[in-house]
Amino acid sequence: MTKFMKLHPLDNVHIVVDAEANIEIGHKVAACAIEAGEKIIKYGVPIGSATEKIEIGAHVHLHNMKSDYLPTYTIEITFKEKNV
Amino acid sequence: METQWQGYLRKDGNKGIRNYILVVYLVECAHHVAREISSQFRNQPVQLIGFAGCYPNEYADRLMNALCTHPNTGGVLLVSLGCESFNKKRLEENIKSSGRPAHTIVIQQEGGTRNAIAAGLSWVREAVVEIDAVPRVPMSVGDLIVGTVCGGSDATSGMTANPAVGCAFNKLVANNGIAIFEETGEMIGLEEVMSSRAVHPKLAVALKQSIEKAARYYTLMGHGSFAPGNADGGLTTIEEKSMGAYCKSGDSPISGLIKPSDKPKKPGLYLMDVVPDGDPKFGFPNINDTVEIVEMISSGCQLILFTTGRGSVVGSAISPVIKICANPNTYEKMSDDMDINAGKILKGEATIEEVGEEIFERILQVASGASSCSELLGHQEFTLTYKTFTPIGPACLPV
Repeated sequence: MTKFMKLHPLDNVHIVVDAEANIEIGHKVAACAIEAGEKIIKYGVPIGSATEKIEIGAHVHLHNMKSDYLPTYTIEITFKEKNV
Repeated sequence: METQWQGYLRKDGNKGIRNYILVVYLVECAHHVAREISSQFRNQPVQLIGFAGCYPNEYADRLMNALCTHPNTGGVLLVSLGCESFNKKRLEENIKSSGRPAHTIVIQQEGGTRNAIAAGLSWVREAVVEIDAVPRVPMSVGDLIVGTVCGGSDATSGMTANPAVGCAFNKLVANNGIAIFEETGEMIGLEEVMSSRAVHPKLAVALKQSIEKAARYYTLMGHGSFAPGNADGGLTTIEEKSMGAYCKSGDSPISGLIKPSDKPKKPGLYLMDVVPDGDPKFGFPNINDTVEIVEMISSGCQLILFTTGRGSVVGSAISPVIKICANPNTYEKMSDDMDINAGKILKGEATIEEVGEEIFERILQVASGASSCSELLGHQEFTLTYKTFTPIGPACLPV
């Protein structure tokens, strides 16, 4: 069974601490349904916004949230931009 | 009873926990000769550092002077090609007037590679014997400046290793040591939280401005201080990474804001601003973790605490690096490289405070002469780049 940790009472994401599912240790899953545009709360503070509606228990990562400050750099995103 | 050990006393009163001869190339063209010299002294206290650029840079010059007169440095051999612009004469004078043996070899004057290597070898052989006579004096935690850096971070870094370093930092500051944390680019989103810890309202303003500067700088660069491995490890945004990185600082009040090579004089916790001033000039602020380690050492750090989740292996020239592994899976795979397993916190086998205590004990062991894992494996990474800084203002170090 996968084990989760809630870092702060206000958080709407839980952290995977012992992974048996497809989601790796340290990654986030939605603790409740999150609407598009809603803030993602971890450590009790916003760490970005949802870019689409996220179902409870779903993996929360680059595919459904973004920074409110600076875009996140990944090899795939940079490569895609170059080839557009 | 307070723990004490024998350190190396320098003429300026500073105390080192290591005693190295540095072989320093002053341009990439002199790198090979310098490496050939230093590589003959494997398993002896001789290390290689250098600056690759041919053109002058005030920052690089200032840092090199600070590193060559660092408490852990016993003597210096400068290796010059001959036509580069580094001010080697002033550097040699500064090292000598700090009471350390220093010598310059100019490859063009020595008559090429072979002669330069031979001349360098004979000087270093004598210097190694000479620095053995440096006086030993008792040292304690109050004589230590310790820096902390995170690298190869994942989402576990901010849950285990970083808060544990925060606990060790609290204890260090409580025992009159100096603790330095850094990377304002990884405090974006934390302006208010952090500035509220400043010991003076004017310092609070300066702290806030330094983060705003970082946000502007990184916006112009097109992305934040965020590597693809961070995302693989579960971190999604710079704010999230910032929150995790920030807890390395612990809970002490922030006593000052410094820039690379500025030396804090009073015990306490300091933030180092590593983002260049002015318009972006020489590219990305920190091209790798080693740049930040070198900057912290230039401000006098005799020892570095390095936290990692993905699994960095780096050490450093001049000051030992203690590595604290945040992720239990990474620790299992790379335990030879890790001094501390903070991942056990996630397994419920230790608390953050217990691992913080373990880190503090490790600081004392390594300061007393025990080799850190990266030292045992021979790591001596070093990078010195081009940057531009204006001096810090009076608000940054309140009296």
